[in-house]
Amino acid sequence: MRRYNPILNLFGRSPVKPLQEHMAKVSECVHLLEPFFKAVVAGDENRVRELQEKIAGLENEADDLKHDLRLHLPRTLFLPVERRDLLEVLTMQDNIANRAKDLAGLVRGRKMVIPEQIGPLFIEFVRRSIDACAQAEKTVNELDELVETGFSGTEADMVQKLITELDRVEKETDQIQVKVRGCLFEIERDLPPVDVMFLYRLIDWMGDIGDYSQRVGSRLQLLLAK
Amino acid sequence: MEQAVLYLSLAAAFGLFMAWGIGANDVANAMGTSVGSRALTLRQAIVVAAIFEFAGAVLAGGQVTQTIRKGIIDASSLSASPEILIYGMLAALLAAGIWLLVASYFGWPVSTTHSIVGAIVGFAVVGIGLTAVNWGKIGAIVASWVVSPLLAGAIAFVLFLSIQRLIFNAEDPFRNARRYVPFYIFLVGFVIALVTLLKGLSHIGLKVTTGQSYAIALVAGLVLMAIGWWRIRAISREPRIVAGFHFANVERVFGVLMVITACAMAFAHGSNDVANAIGPVAAIVGIVNSGGNVAQESPLPLWVLTVGAVGIVAGLVTYGHKVMATVGTRITDLTPSRGFAATLAAAATVVVASGTGLPISTTHTLVGAVLGVGMARGIAAINLRVVQAIFVSWIVTLPAGALLAIIFYYLLKAMFGGG
Repeated sequence: MRRYNPILNLFGRSPVKPLQEHMAKVSECVHLLEPFFKAVVAGDENRVRELQEKIAGLENEADDLKHDLRLHLPRTLFLPVERRDLLEVLTMQDNIANRAKDLAGLVRGRKMVIPEQIGPLFIEFVRRSIDACAQAEKTVNELDELVETGFSGTEADMVQKLITELDRVEKETDQIQVKVRGCLFEIERDLPPVDVMFLYRLIDWMGDIGDYSQRVGSRLQLLLAK
Repeated sequence: MEQAVLYLSLAAAFGLFMAWGIGANDVANAMGTSVGSRALTLRQAIVVAAIFEFAGAVLAGGQVTQTIRKGIIDASSLSASPEILIYGMLAALLAAGIWLLVASYFGWPVSTTHSIVGAIVGFAVVGIGLTAVNWGKIGAIVASWVVSPLLAGAIAFVLFLSIQRLIFNAEDPFRNARRYVPFYIFLVGFVIALVTLLKGLSHIGLKVTTGQSYAIALVAGLVLMAIGWWRIRAISREPRIVAGFHFANVERVFGVLMVITACAMAFAHGSNDVANAIGPVAAIVGIVNSGGNVAQESPLPLWVLTVGAVGIVAGLVTYGHKVMATVGTRITDLTPSRGFAATLAAAATVVVASGTGLPISTTHTLVGAVLGVGMARGIAAINLRVVQAIFVSWIVTLPAGALLAIIFYYLLKAMFGGG
């Protein structure tokens, strides 16, 4: 005699933990970009291949988490935040991992070489972009505390600060991006034109990592604003 | 009266079975939020439930029992044939019991209360006549089914907002939790004691004035508060658990509160739901004991309440613990602070209803309370399909209970030779 249990069924699966797990996977994926580009600069082909495969693998895992979370967000679920806002945060997180995979795929596919002159600056650019992603992860990790406090009070203030910091880091990545582009412009005459084209694209995509991270933050800000 | 012993044993057997069913299923619903919020272990929850269900049934269960027993039906036209009322009450018990079994099989969230009320009304309309039903009372009861979840939801909403304001949004939530939680404990003790004293205790021969009731409730609240304060003092800040979830320390303080609220919930459940099983039994016992007088004013015998309480505890111990374990391990999303707000709101609503003699559904009230916390953005995900399922079960249960009661009434009447 097993009765249907209304109390038990009342509690849906919380989307908060899965969202945080997805972000953790994305962040893990993005963090590999630093050793990856170091290997590119050093010309270590084996390591480049190995890391590119790892990045693609992690992006796949993040995709699985994304599909799983979407499937578990039926319209009949009553959430403390807009379902649409939540899905947009997820999409932004997913974009970060996609870009990381694109970057690694492009470099390996075209056997790209990063010119010595811009190498150190480019690594600095990568590092700062990873920082932006890490900051976005930190913000997403506050989501369960936000639910606990009903999205208000000191906890909301704290998340607001995290988002401000995220915006600052993103601005820095923009500044470095301008510098990297400037350096590349100085030396572009001496390089094969097609390679230069793709180097510019590489720089643009790297900048996307910071942009998407910032957008994760601004979507979260929307959750606070209700 | 012929066959008095047979009537009494049948009534006791059916009543015990109903009580067993309530203990096996409904108690787990009432206590699920406590086990789910990890404030109590499963073993502790069973002990708490057994003690306070029993206390609630015996101390505060009288009013609702009286309603089920003679508030729904006006039996004055039956003074010539009291057996009809006996068959009817037996039929109602059987109908509600069978309906609950059927509903369990199909997985519908039906309420014991709704089943028994529907069954009694069904028998009364067909067995006695439309005018025999106290429609005014039925109207009040049905209205209370709508009002109780809404009221519990509103109380839970306000309670949770106050917790957010006073504790979670503070500079130092842990310090504020230690400061304010004792007041919430006082609130639990005061409200439950007051309602019980004001409405419930006359049948055990305890007569207290309103002034005395307030005084005793105040003392009860203060005593509980002192115990809680002493327990909370022992909780110190543990820095190592701050890292993961910031409010883990705060929730440890709320754990103390949740234990007390769980007791209140078990008490409230016992005070309201035991009547579903023993109300009809009490009606039969009253008729038999007074030698066939349907309009008897004899007080409710204490042993009848005790039978109901024993049945509930038996159901809990033999089967309910399994349901409770399932509920407890699968509700992972309920922290003690949220569990407290929902459970206290539900318990207070149910105890007030018990005092007023209104049989309401504890489970539905608790669902309303949880939704209230959700409205305050306190729960990560609530499945609204449950609300829909409850709505459908309302519409189905009353006619189903009534129809079954009518069938069993005619069967029993035929078996006992037409009365």
